[in-house]
Amino acid sequence: MSILAWTWIIVGLSFVLYIGIAIWSRAASTGEFYVAEKQVHPIANGMATAADWMSAASFISMAGLISFMGRDGSMYLMGWTGGYVLLALLLAPYLRKYGKFTVPQFVGDRYYSNTARVVALLCAIFVSFTYVAGQMRGVGIVFSRFLEVSINTGVIIGMCIVFFYAVLGGMKGITYTQVAQYVVLIIAYMVPAIFISIMITGNPIPQLGYGSSISAGGAQILGQGQGVYVLDLLDKIQTDLGFKAYTAGQKPMIDVFFITFALMVGTAGLPHVIIRFFTVPKVRDARSSAGWALLFIAILYTTAPAVAAFARTNFLLTINNKSYAEAPSWFKNWEKTKLVGFQDKAIYENAEGKKIGVYKSKDGALKYKDGKDEKDFNAEGMKLVKDFDGIMTISKDAAINEVNVDRDIMVLANPEIAKLPAWVVALVAAGGLAAALSTAAGLLLVISAAISHDLIKGVLIPDISEKGELVWARIAAGFAVVVAGYFGINPPGFVAQVVAFAFGLAAASFFPIIILGVFWKRATKEGAIAGMLVGIVFTAWYIIYFRFINTDPKGWWFGISPEGIGTLGMIFNFLVMWVVSMMTKEPPKDVQDMVESVRYPKEA
Amino acid sequence: MSTEEKLKMYWKENLKVISILLIVWFVVSYVCGILIADGLDNIKIAGFKLGFWFANQGSEVIFVILIYVYVKWMNAIDKKYDVHED
Repeated sequence: MSILAWTWIIVGLSFVLYIGIAIWSRAASTGEFYVAEKQVHPIANGMATAADWMSAASFISMAGLISFMGRDGSMYLMGWTGGYVLLALLLAPYLRKYGKFTVPQFVGDRYYSNTARVVALLCAIFVSFTYVAGQMRGVGIVFSRFLEVSINTGVIIGMCIVFFYAVLGGMKGITYTQVAQYVVLIIAYMVPAIFISIMITGNPIPQLGYGSSISAGGAQILGQGQGVYVLDLLDKIQTDLGFKAYTAGQKPMIDVFFITFALMVGTAGLPHVIIRFFTVPKVRDARSSAGWALLFIAILYTTAPAVAAFARTNFLLTINNKSYAEAPSWFKNWEKTKLVGFQDKAIYENAEGKKIGVYKSKDGALKYKDGKDEKDFNAEGMKLVKDFDGIMTISKDAAINEVNVDRDIMVLANPEIAKLPAWVVALVAAGGLAAALSTAAGLLLVISAAISHDLIKGVLIPDISEKGELVWARIAAGFAVVVAGYFGINPPGFVAQVVAFAFGLAAASFFPIIILGVFWKRATKEGAIAGMLVGIVFTAWYIIYFRFINTDPKGWWFGISPEGIGTLGMIFNFLVMWVVSMMTKEPPKDVQDMVESVRYPKEA
Repeated sequence: MSTEEKLKMYWKENLKVISILLIVWFVVSYVCGILIADGLDNIKIAGFKLGFWFANQGSEVIFVILIYVYVKWMNAIDKKYDVHED
């Protein structure tokens, strides 16, 4: 059977499974719709959290990103896992004890203010929409790459599936679907990784494999390196080609530090992750559930750097300096999708010794790139260094480099690189879809709850019946799916940049007010509102200014990139909140009692 | 001990547990994986340079262990101060 047929079958089966679960677990009350009636087992919740958290980007793009960044890529690995330690220790048990439905609701109750609740719900909606647009786009991209339909058709199919189980099942449906999605995505990620590790090192555990030495079979595939450690060989090839050693860092230390911190704190402040801990029966389940979630996430997050190292080594050794005519079959297969490409170049040197890469355009004319512009080439006064030769050259120097590669290829082409059967390729497609759909559903629920529970019930129509609220929750979820789908089909040109925005904003807004809300009784309403506003406005200003208005990194404060600025925004939020709280009247007694009560799993 | 005193002691112990675990959290990721990673890279365990390993894999593994320790530790403290759920 062909890869395409296998993919339709496996993706189709996984969708039937998700829909079946949704029908079995549809929600009948608001308690079920928002928090699955707090009856989710901690291990199931751990899996659901893991699927909720790991997006299309984690599944498809992260390993590739790391393979291009080397050690600096670790900031994503540490940042996106370390946040769970903060969640487990500082947030999850207390918010579970608080025992209501949404993060804005906690903010409103703790800071005895509907203004604070509205600010929090606007942040929750903004952060979630930012994220969900990327997920719907991810669904469309997986469809177009594996199933040969257009991106837009893919987005619409994805919308229908999510619409069905999120609107029908609410949190209950989403949770059990996410458990199934976790299983699909982790198998899809691990199978190719295990086979590649065996192929190159003989070690079946990829996490250990990339710290092992290359086996005889591996050396045959790579063409060299028997008995040499994988990472040592990779460092050597990289430096030979003019790149920095794979295991060395290149970004300034302060920037890596700040970005890692912003990602950790941002993770702990993301509403769709926090609400997952509202769904378990007990406080101690909230703690252990965070542990299970991180374990399930870490299985993928410790495999990703192994995939990155293997893929990079394999890519450099089997492509560089090889004749295009004899390129491996996966390279030619994926060329159709434009994720990889080869452009033969002749290299000339001008009078100043500067190298210029000349290529043939479609009509055969000679062209070269001057910065981003394409120009006609004139050989006068130039010295030919290397003529067109059909050999693929990889180089750090863009003028010489002949191989273009999209980082997503490192995961997508894995099964073919490992020469695995067609059904494994199909499984990777189902895994990518599972990752994207599960994250999208979790985000949609936050948007729906923010609108129906916080805005409509909390502020606009406080005496609405439960049935009425449930109708609103479903309408809001449906509305959110449609908006997300619209952004998936017409993505704003700055999707990649807004992800940094979502993390920075979560770090600079939610994290400080929840932490101080639990750990400092003296924190006041005025302090919280002022802190949130300062945190958000500063972070938003810095990101917008340095991303869109003045993109020159020289202006960055202390060398901190916009990705890491959420950390500073968070510090400002803490400071402002402290100062303003000290200057204003202490919170009323009942609020202080509430803070007291969330601290103990059970009062005596 | 009055109930109020007991709850105060409980909260104090909770804060102590959090502080100890967060110090470890900070040391393995920010200190070993970023600040002194270059220095640690001179030590090598199998094919891994140590600083690289902490950043690439070690921190994540230790994070999981940290939460596991936290769960066990807090459950014991809950029992000790009689604030555990049935």
